[in-house]
Amino acid sequence: MTTLLQIQGVTKRFGGLQALTDVTFNLSEGQIMGLIGPNGAGKTTLFNCINGVYTPEEGKILFQGENVTGSKTYNMARRGLARTHQIVQPLNELTVQENIMAGACFGRENHNLHNAAEIANEVMDFVGLDTRTDQLAASLNVAQKKRLEMARALAARPYLLLLDEVLAGLNPSEIGEMVETVKKIRDRGITIIMIEHVMKAVMNVSDHMLVLDYGQQIAEGTPTEIANNPQVIEAYLGDPELAKKLMGDDE
Amino acid sequence: MKNWRNHLGLIIPILVVVGLAVWPALTDSISAREQAFTILKAVALASSLNILLGYTGYVSFGHIVFYGFGGYIGLYFLNEQGWSIWASLLIAGISAGLLAFLLGKAILRLRGGYFALATIGINEAMKALINNLDIFGGAVGMTLNFKVYKTYGGAAEALSMAFYIMAGLALTSIIVSYLVRVSKFGLGLLAIRENEDAAEVMGIVAPDAKTWAYVLSAIIPGMVGMLFFFKNGNVEPHVAFPLHASIELLVMVMLGGQGTVLGPILGAFAYQGMRGYLVTSDIFKDIQLSVSGAVLLLIILFIPAGAVGWLRNRFAPLRRVLP
Repeated sequence: MTTLLQIQGVTKRFGGLQALTDVTFNLSEGQIMGLIGPNGAGKTTLFNCINGVYTPEEGKILFQGENVTGSKTYNMARRGLARTHQIVQPLNELTVQENIMAGACFGRENHNLHNAAEIANEVMDFVGLDTRTDQLAASLNVAQKKRLEMARALAARPYLLLLDEVLAGLNPSEIGEMVETVKKIRDRGITIIMIEHVMKAVMNVSDHMLVLDYGQQIAEGTPTEIANNPQVIEAYLGDPELAKKLMGDDE
Repeated sequence: MKNWRNHLGLIIPILVVVGLAVWPALTDSISAREQAFTILKAVALASSLNILLGYTGYVSFGHIVFYGFGGYIGLYFLNEQGWSIWASLLIAGISAGLLAFLLGKAILRLRGGYFALATIGINEAMKALINNLDIFGGAVGMTLNFKVYKTYGGAAEALSMAFYIMAGLALTSIIVSYLVRVSKFGLGLLAIRENEDAAEVMGIVAPDAKTWAYVLSAIIPGMVGMLFFFKNGNVEPHVAFPLHASIELLVMVMLGGQGTVLGPILGAFAYQGMRGYLVTSDIFKDIQLSVSGAVLLLIILFIPAGAVGWLRNRFAPLRRVLP
C-alpha cells in the first residue's frame, strides 16, 4: 500500500498552550483512520494543520510525497484534500445543489458548472439529499447539514477526506446510516481520517486508530490494540470494563 | 439558449434599460431624457456595486471613489490630451479597474466593518489628493473646453450622444452582472459571501476572486464618471467624490435586492423616483438624505433581502427565473 499522508513531528503552539506535540504517523491509501481523544486533545488542531488553516511551528506534513507544510487551504483542496467541520459551515443562502456544486467546481477536478451539476446530483443520491435539491441550506436540520458537508467534500472527488465529528448530534438511527455512508466512501477508494467521540462507531469502522491526549500521541494501532492499551484505557476510556463492552458490541 | 424562460433574468432587465433609452426619443422631451439619464446612471453604478456588495458580500461604503477617479483621468485625457471620447472612456474604465486592483490587494483582507471603513477612508484620501494635484486643476477642478463638444456636432448632439452612451454602459453593467451571477466565478463569489473560510477550504482562491470582483465592480463606475463630467462640462473634487452618493448607491442595492441581477435596477428606479419627489417637495427638500438614511435602516431591519430577495423567498419558483 502506498502512503498518502505522512505527518512528521508536527508541533503546534498557541501562545503558551502546547496544542500538538511531536505527532508522527503515516496513513496508507484506502484506509479509514479513527482519531480519538478527550475534548481539547488537539484533534481538530491536527486537522487544521493538515488542511492548511494553521501552520505548525515544527515538523513536516507530506501529502502524496510532497511537502505541503503551511500550504493555503485552497491549495490543499486543489491537491485533493477535503474536509467537513465540527461545527457545520453550510452556505446558508445557497441551495443544497449549489452548495455541492461549489465543492465540485473548485475542488481537485476543477469542473465547469455543467459537470458540477451532474456530480452534485450523483452525490446527493449517494448521501440521501436527493429530495432536497432546491432547498436552501439554511433550512436543513442538523443531520441533513452534516450530510451536506459530507456531500460537498465528496463532490470535490478528494484523495483524502477529513471528517470532523460527523456523528455528533445524530440520533442512533442516523448514526447507523452515517456509518454505512462512511464505509461506502472508503469502498470508493477515498482515504479517510475521522475524529469521533461515538466510540462504538469509530472502533467499528476504523482500520487504524490514533489517540491524542493533551496534544500528545499516546497510542496508535488497530481498534483491538487501542481498546486493550492500558494507557488509553486510563487516559481516555477510564473504565477497562467499558472497553470490553464496546468491543463486544462489534459482533 | 433553447428555453427563453431560463434567461428571463437577463431579458427583463435588458427590456427595462432599452425602454428607458428609447423613452426620451419617443416623447421627444429633454426633461424626460435628463430623468432617464439619471436613472440609467444609477442603474449602471448600482449594478456594478452589486457585484461586490451583493455577490461577494463586501460592503464598499466609498465606491464612488472609482466614479470620481476614473472620471478625472478620463476627462483629463479628453480635455488636456485631445483624446477621443471613446479612448477617454476606455482609459477611465482601465484606471478605475487598476485602482481597484491595487486597493483590493491592500484592503480586501479586511472583513466586515473594517473593510467598509477602509473604503470610506480611501474615498476621502483620494478627494484630498486630487484637491492638491495641479494637473487636475486642484480645488478648482477642470472645465471642459467647449471645442470638445464641437467634435461631436455641437453641445446638443454631444449631450444626446452622452445619453446613449450612458444607456450602453447601463446595459453593459447588467449583462456583466448577469454573466457573473450565472458563472462559476459567480458561484465562488456567493460562497465567499456566505462563508469565506469554508469557501477557501473548498478550494476557492478567495483573495484572487475578491480582487477580480472588486475590479469588475469598479470599471463601469469609472466610465460613468467620465461620461457624467463630460456632460456636465466640468469637474471639481467635491462633485467627483461625494460620500453621500456612495451611501445612496447602497440604499439602491439594498432596496431592490442585493445579490440579484434585477434588484439594483429596481432599486435605482425606486430610489431615483423617491429622490425626485423628495427634492421637489416643500417638506422634504432639505432633509432628503435623512429620509434615505431612514429608508436604509427600515430595509435592513425588515426586508434585508430587498424587494427581489423578498419575492424570491416568498415564491420559490422565482428563484430559477430571477437569478
